[in-house]
Amino acid sequence: MQSNSLTVDPQPVNRNIKKRFVLSRLHSLAGIVPLGIFMVEHLLTNSTALFGSEKYNEQIHLIQSIPFLPLLEIFLVAIPLIFHAGYGIYLSMISKSNIQTYKYERNRLFFFQRVTGITTLVFIIYHVWSFRLAPVFYGTEINFDLVNSHLENVFIFSFYVIGVVGAVFHFTNGIRTGLITWGVTKGPASQRIAQKICLLLFAVFGVLGVTSLFAFI
Amino acid sequence: MSAEKVIRLKVKRKDKMDSESYWEEFAIPYRPNMNVISALMEIQRNPVNTEGTQVRSVAWEYNCLEEVCGACSMRINGKVRQACSTLVEKLKQPIQLEPMETFPVERDLVVDRQRMFDALQKIKGWIPIDGTYAMGSGPLISSGEQQEAYKFSTCMTCGCCLDACPNVNSGSPFIGPQALAQTKYFNMHPTGKLTKNERLEVVIGDEGISNCGNSQNCVEVCPKDIPLTTALAELNHEANRYALWSWLKK
Repeated sequence: MQSNSLTVDPQPVNRNIKKRFVLSRLHSLAGIVPLGIFMVEHLLTNSTALFGSEKYNEQIHLIQSIPFLPLLEIFLVAIPLIFHAGYGIYLSMISKSNIQTYKYERNRLFFFQRVTGITTLVFIIYHVWSFRLAPVFYGTEINFDLVNSHLENVFIFSFYVIGVVGAVFHFTNGIRTGLITWGVTKGPASQRIAQKICLLLFAVFGVLGVTSLFAFI
Repeated sequence: MSAEKVIRLKVKRKDKMDSESYWEEFAIPYRPNMNVISALMEIQRNPVNTEGTQVRSVAWEYNCLEEVCGACSMRINGKVRQACSTLVEKLKQPIQLEPMETFPVERDLVVDRQRMFDALQKIKGWIPIDGTYAMGSGPLISSGEQQEAYKFSTCMTCGCCLDACPNVNSGSPFIGPQALAQTKYFNMHPTGKLTKNERLEVVIGDEGISNCGNSQNCVEVCPKDIPLTTALAELNHEANRYALWSWLKK
């Protein structure tokens, strides 16, 4: 039986932090801090293509000259990404979507967050292979012309548009839910404002990402 | 004219806990201002399906008939709600009635809501006031806090929030919005606060708040308009702090 007395131990007996809780908080943190920041940086870098191929190549060169770059890529991008994707797939497997019955806005966002999680993962695997791993294996140089040669293909270009828009949605909607997960936006009014700001961010980064893609062709 | 008017119902039935579900249709005479309960009572009075066969009458649960007991929750035209406060005139026909399949279905529309009562035990859903001597009166509660707590006190353990939550299902350990909102309720009481950490242990546990996916269906379907998502966000805040602090103190 549970104790029903006032003379309870102020410190609970079991003070072990539960695995599931920690994993869920790390999942939220990984999505926003290393991955979200990296994505914003990446979108900004790509947007230099809007100012011409020379400007873009210069920017690529600048990034490639960062010391210990492969280590930074592994620890700040690859590992958080693999964890975020793995745990995210697990989370979407155990949830049972019901948007057919409950067509509420937040329920739809919940569903699209899981859909874009999968599309983003597929997109990222292809994208990392073609512009990060394949150039290492085959010794090709990463520059404007390489990106141009890929994006000239209309199918690859469309795939990139879907991939970029999906990833931007996943990130900006993730900020909205992250604010709830971290207990910042508590009531419905603040959550509505956060939702509007995130929608604005989605529009800004979405337009930036897609116009940058057009700059390569 | 009006005597010919009928209401068509389509009920998802089940004879025993371990038997298969099947659909059965009924047509009952229309009366003004009917709710789903009175429609089901009509079936009970004359349990004949649309094929004209005499069948076992449909089983369902109800008590208060005024949306305070939580017993008559069921899926009406897909969405979970209380049968007593759902008016037949506002529904598309045939009215489709299904049990809340998130819970074990016992018979027809009757489900076993025990998991929610177990959950209240897990979160210690009570205020500890019994001692071996007189404890005296407790601290005063401001009227603002009373107003806030009142909303959570109206929870009738009906199960709508669990049934509409995409993250409450057989594959997930989630305790559900009802128990978490009650955690907030008992934690905000000045005497209930004394056992706050024990409740937060459940919140950061495997069944706890980490399973919430922010679909916010719970607050949309709650018949009592309890601010469930506000409670969840506040608990997130408390749980994060509690988890970090208790780890740093280890």
